[in-house]
Amino acid sequence: MNLFSIAVRNLTYRKLPTALNMLSMALGVALVVLVLTISGVIERTFERTSNVGYNLIVGAKGSDIQLTFNTVFFLSQPVENVPYSYYMEYLPGDGRQKELARLGGVLKEPERNGLYSFLMKGGFSIPLCMGDYIGSFRCVGTTPDYFNLLKHGDNNDLDYRFAKGRNFVDFSDEYGYFEAVVGSQVASEMKLQMGSEIFASHGASGGEQHNQGFSVVGILEPTGTPNDRGAFVNIEGFYLLEGHVAPERNEQSGMEVKGSAVAPVRESKFSKVRLPIEKREVTAILVKPNGPNAIGLQKQVNKTKFAQAVSPISVISGLLAFFVTPIKWALLAITSLVCVVSAISILVGIYNSMNERKRDIAVMRALGASRDHITAIILVESVLIAVGGGAIGWIVGHAIGPLSNAWTEPATGVRIDFFSINSTQEPFIVPGLIVIGILAGIIPALAAYRTSVAKSL
Amino acid sequence: MLEIRNLKKSYAEPSGNRLLIIDIPQLDIAQAEQVVLRGESGGGKTTLLHLISGIVAADSGSIRLDGTELTKFSEATRDRIRADKMGYVFQTFNLLPAFTALENVRLGMTFARKKMSAERAKELLHKVGLSDRMHYLPSQLSVGQQQRVAVARSLANKPRLLLADEPTANVDPSNQKRIIDLIQNVCREESVAILMVTHSDEIANRFERVERLELINRAFADRTLTSDQ
Repeated sequence: MNLFSIAVRNLTYRKLPTALNMLSMALGVALVVLVLTISGVIERTFERTSNVGYNLIVGAKGSDIQLTFNTVFFLSQPVENVPYSYYMEYLPGDGRQKELARLGGVLKEPERNGLYSFLMKGGFSIPLCMGDYIGSFRCVGTTPDYFNLLKHGDNNDLDYRFAKGRNFVDFSDEYGYFEAVVGSQVASEMKLQMGSEIFASHGASGGEQHNQGFSVVGILEPTGTPNDRGAFVNIEGFYLLEGHVAPERNEQSGMEVKGSAVAPVRESKFSKVRLPIEKREVTAILVKPNGPNAIGLQKQVNKTKFAQAVSPISVISGLLAFFVTPIKWALLAITSLVCVVSAISILVGIYNSMNERKRDIAVMRALGASRDHITAIILVESVLIAVGGGAIGWIVGHAIGPLSNAWTEPATGVRIDFFSINSTQEPFIVPGLIVIGILAGIIPALAAYRTSVAKSL
Repeated sequence: MLEIRNLKKSYAEPSGNRLLIIDIPQLDIAQAEQVVLRGESGGGKTTLLHLISGIVAADSGSIRLDGTELTKFSEATRDRIRADKMGYVFQTFNLLPAFTALENVRLGMTFARKKMSAERAKELLHKVGLSDRMHYLPSQLSVGQQQRVAVARSLANKPRLLLADEPTANVDPSNQKRIIDLIQNVCREESVAILMVTHSDEIANRFERVERLELINRAFADRTLTSDQ
């Protein structure tokens, strides 16, 4: 036998108080681990989704957080729109002229390249039109480039893959301009299949539904990004929906010119007539400039009166730093207090047992145990309760994560394995428990140390 | 083997005076000698055992065990010597309730420097007739059986001296004889000296040497010393 086995036997002999003290410590540690896991999931979710594959979001002047949340997370409401012609300023090379030739319409200075085209060489820009809903999910009007050029994943190196079907195209003989791709969560919740027709509601979920539907031609594999919760429709078809034609506005008052928001006449669904450039607006532009030009471009855009360029990574990092991290620390402080209360209960439990154990301690001393031996046994008991309870709590805390995957993974895109969320704070749990155990054991250990053998025998 | 010279121990009284409990000019016990110590209640018998075992420190005097002066050592060293060279049997409540009979015997081995095998613990329990009760908790044993386990434990480290403080006081007469036989026989086999405190004439008669504390302890003559003495 050794001091450890003596301590273990003492604990197992007093099963109920030992179990209750361990349970109390387990609860505290499980809460700490849960807080770390939840905050880890939140951080990972933000990190994954902020790793978007583009540097800037350009949109109308307004809240940078709103623009980011609306564009990246499909949350919040869209800010105002910017003209499609403004989006064309971001097309690389002679893309502006080519876009004019492709779409037709009226454009000032049609012969020149986009104002920012020189910063966009090798990069790309993708327009987004938002504001409509498919069921309760966001409807995003965009170009096929959204899935052709953007990537996802922790290292932003994964192509978007389709569980079924394909990416939508600019125009198809089968559905004209009205093709759609839906995220995995949209498909499962709305029970969509290939060829299913989806109808966008104008302005808000549950709002007036457009008459023209989009046919699902692709269902994305789960990506763990907000795109799982998005319904993506061809921007050309989106512009042709009722109410999506940008009206002419009085230059001084900004008032709509009555009767100007008129869609072009189209003979059928398969007509190739498009909405002209001057009647188009975009909600946001995803911009990936050439190399290090992002900061310069952002500064340049932000000097304009009507547009802003935000770096989603900066906005998300700022939100993490200002909101998520302080909340995490506050919750950690509260849950750590539970551990402190558990430590006090360990202290009280062992201390109260000292009276009935005086005789046992005296017998051990008479058998040759030194005061140090007795002190060590009491401290080991206290540490064992703290660490044993903590280990149970750690296992429970980590097990809850994987058990909750059925609910959390679809919502966050983060799959929680038993060891997947390893926060920088977690390695401190075991040393912390040992310290708590020692602190809780010191007073009872001192009482044991001072036990008079002669009086107790 | 055990030599005591001019051993004194006193305790402070509430009045501030010191009460001299032990004042023994000389007491020797030879190797494997079996000695009974008798005396009035409160006469200092248990205190003498505590002094010899090093549980309490002497005010002055000398206790030598196999030529080693014990009174000069620190408490921690005295603890170690007690674990290595002495066995101790108390009146009752000898065993730790959380440990089985076998574990109680092995517990006696835990604090000694020389490491005894688990087999010796089983062998000792066999000698005291408890081979079939090794894994019983004390609460599952009779008082007599518990005392037999305590005897086995006191001999676990092959001590040189067994100190027994009224080991049969709470045991029925039939078990008293059995336990005393056991202690005497096993100590004889293992060449262990015994210093046993008892009030029982019957038990005392079983020992060749009986010491009365009143005769060897001068503190009886004049118990009270003033605080400045």
